[in-house]
Amino acid sequence: MTVGFIMMCHTALDRAAQVARYWATHGAPVVIHVDARVSAEDFGHLGQSLADLDTVSFCKRFKCDWGTWSLVQAAQTGAEQMLARHPEVGHVFLASGSCLPLRPLQELSDYLAARPTTDFIESVTTAEVGWTVGGIDMERFTLRFPFSWKKQRRLFDSYVDFQRRIGFKRKIPGGIVPHLGSQWWCLSRSTLAAILQDPDRPQHDRYFKRVWIPDESYFQSLSRLYSTNIESRSLTLSKFDYQGKPHIFYDDHLQLLRRSDCFVARKIWPKAEKLYATFLSDRPSESLAEPNPSKIDRLFSKAVERRTRGRPGLYMQSRFPRQDHENGKTSAQYSIFQGFSDLFENFEGWLAKYVGARVHGHLFGPERAAFAGGERMFNGCLTDSALLRDYNPRGFLTNLIWNGRGERQCFMFSPRDTQDINWFTATDPNAQISIISGAWAVPLFHAQMDFAEIRREAARLQQIEIEQLNILRSMYVKARVRIWTMAEFIENPMEPLQTIIDEISPRATRRLTEAPQMIELTGFGQFLQNLKNQGMQPRLMGDFPVAGEAVSQPRRRPYLVK
Amino acid sequence: MGLTLSQAECDKKGPQGTTGDEGGLGLRQAIKLRRERRQRQWRAFRKRRQLKPVADRTAKIGARDVIVFCTLRNERIRLPYFLRYYRDMRVGHFIFVDNDSDDGSREYLMAQPDCSVWTTKASYKAAAFGIDWLNHLLRKYGTGHWTLTVDPDEFFVYPFCDTRPIDALTDWLDTYHLRSFPAMLLDMYPKGPIDAVPYREGQNPFEIASWFDAGNYMISRNRKLQNLWIQGGPRARVFFADDPLSAPSLNKTPLVKWQRGYVFASSTHMILPRGLNMVYDEWGGEKASGCLLHAKFLSPITAKVAEEMVRREHYAGSREYEAYRDRLSSEPDLWTKWSEKYINWRQLEILGLMSKGNWA
Repeated sequence: MTVGFIMMCHTALDRAAQVARYWATHGAPVVIHVDARVSAEDFGHLGQSLADLDTVSFCKRFKCDWGTWSLVQAAQTGAEQMLARHPEVGHVFLASGSCLPLRPLQELSDYLAARPTTDFIESVTTAEVGWTVGGIDMERFTLRFPFSWKKQRRLFDSYVDFQRRIGFKRKIPGGIVPHLGSQWWCLSRSTLAAILQDPDRPQHDRYFKRVWIPDESYFQSLSRLYSTNIESRSLTLSKFDYQGKPHIFYDDHLQLLRRSDCFVARKIWPKAEKLYATFLSDRPSESLAEPNPSKIDRLFSKAVERRTRGRPGLYMQSRFPRQDHENGKTSAQYSIFQGFSDLFENFEGWLAKYVGARVHGHLFGPERAAFAGGERMFNGCLTDSALLRDYNPRGFLTNLIWNGRGERQCFMFSPRDTQDINWFTATDPNAQISIISGAWAVPLFHAQMDFAEIRREAARLQQIEIEQLNILRSMYVKARVRIWTMAEFIENPMEPLQTIIDEISPRATRRLTEAPQMIELTGFGQFLQNLKNQGMQPRLMGDFPVAGEAVSQPRRRPYLVK
Repeated sequence: MGLTLSQAECDKKGPQGTTGDEGGLGLRQAIKLRRERRQRQWRAFRKRRQLKPVADRTAKIGARDVIVFCTLRNERIRLPYFLRYYRDMRVGHFIFVDNDSDDGSREYLMAQPDCSVWTTKASYKAAAFGIDWLNHLLRKYGTGHWTLTVDPDEFFVYPFCDTRPIDALTDWLDTYHLRSFPAMLLDMYPKGPIDAVPYREGQNPFEIASWFDAGNYMISRNRKLQNLWIQGGPRARVFFADDPLSAPSLNKTPLVKWQRGYVFASSTHMILPRGLNMVYDEWGGEKASGCLLHAKFLSPITAKVAEEMVRREHYAGSREYEAYRDRLSSEPDLWTKWSEKYINWRQLEILGLMSKGNWA
């Protein structure tokens, strides 16, 4: 017993001829179907090139269009010819002109000889497949599809819609349970003969002629009627991407293909010289291994994922998502601290000691971007120029986070800084925003300036912070936001600091032992009162008594806006 | 004629706030764009008389050949490596417009079996920086072919370019009915003063200029032509830090399956009809893309800049060259300790400068 191949060809006929020659000279008969659209000249050329092989024959030609009955007709005709002419054939293998055998033919023959009654055909019920095109699954068996999906999409869609609305349903012939699967199968002689010689075949054919994409369902459904032993998988390694296009193999896939232990792969790029040369050379048959395409599966599913989901937080020439379709506005988590550097001496240095992160100063400061360690430049040649940064602040932030992948970025923020990123960070789930509201007043409190000027600046900063807090209290916020008034915070700074740091590095078991050094605040209450006396209303600091220490209020928990 | 499209028209604020134009094309705008496209075609048609064929081997172009289109002036020393690079990629034919070279570039190219050469003494600037000439030749010889329009100092890198020839890429693009493929300009520079190491003929320029900026690119969307406007890199940070708006554009769409009626609108940065500029994904995924390694910062640059300043034939009043002149006299070093050394396309893909998309 041997295996016979039906080859469906329409392009790259020289490659098809090469493969047919390989199979025929190694003892497997081949029946070739050539698309009727191929010119007589090319067809003649193919015939001549294989004329010396008497086990290669050509069957009647049909014009084949994607997803139409013609493909089934071609396969039927080829199969009939194969069964009639080659009684020695035990299994019939349906292949295409862009298929390439990856293992010596003898290994395939041995494999099939050990499983003489097994039919290798992917055949699953419609409920179980996730790869149907156009959102149509069971309906492909119950509606009519007179219009081409590829060329007359609008008519196709509206006719489907119309049938759904009037509740049209075709009757499925008795006994048939619709199954779907890869169109590349390998059936045993008995099953194939039973399908082709069934007295009900005219009825089956009439039904499937009007089914959508019958080449994925005709043999897949009918083999369920006759087969005693279906292995629901294809012996052909053939992967489709999310648009239903087959992935293509190139020379650089050689090792991957070799290790896959699959018998046949498609689709091969016709100019992949090395693949054809390697796999069509004579090799001893040695392996009885089961096909194992998992590595190739992984490669292709990663490619599809890259195309459909992309790398989160990456903005580049071929990925520039619209708002709310970013699939990750930024590439990693980061922390923004507002008011901390106003309230504590060297807060950045203190923080860097307790978290394994890169702690920057005021990245959006008015003079320059204060990178960690006073550097003038950051990863990726991001410069500290305020002008370049403010030219595209969001780009600056997303670049910074992307360039700093692998290390958490923290930075200080204040109402004095460029505010253009506020909506972006507030709606970014990767952002952790901690704010001590009103702390911007502390530097003013210590400033040696004309009080009228201080008052003006205080009013400006307060207005900016109010607008920012309004954003952070909106319903669109996705960031982890914590806001304390200054009075609340200084009453018990350790607890909120511990919470923030635990969130940044959850695995660090070390408790905070040393609080950052708070800036001298004696007289701050009086300062606020002076502002009030000058007609400005400081609203964001919480309650500071005019004289002495801040009063102890009943403690409130910091609130988490989420 | 007011045809120079200003990229600055593009909306810098991006999608925050309004999502705005959903890709729909108002009738009035469609008419405007069509008129602009026709004007450019007409300009290209009129300028055809300026071109004199000196080596016409276009009869040798095969039906499925990828063709390189290139305008140049006095680039003799760079040509041998340029030709070798693209021949290795299996480009089938080269079409050159020589803008009055006097260093033997023309004669050298005329002697190449796979090059067709046109020459002109007309103004580069008046021909929309050479684009009118190329638009004419692209229409005449590029129609139906995949065309790669590059400068002599631009080297195309695409996913798998070390193992797959360019027709693997174009065949793949054909199966998806894609008509254009983006490749961002990546400015390469040496370590140390730009003129320090002289470039030898035939040498890989990236042996000298092997460094680049990995992550300081600024992107915004041009609503009118739907292309992305990319700026940044060493030119923005060194020469245009005080005027980012004027920093050179880096977005390019050099690889196009040419059809009659297509025109490049501004160098290869933008193309009409504008659907060809939609080379990026807007729903979170990544489309495939490449890079154009730009060997601009290579000796002899000071002499070149001096010459171009006299000729004043470059974009926007040659302001780019003015900026270079001002800074080059102080021998700037574009290199920093954060610069990335070029290894291969996989490195560019990992850094997020290009993508394999769903090509595997």
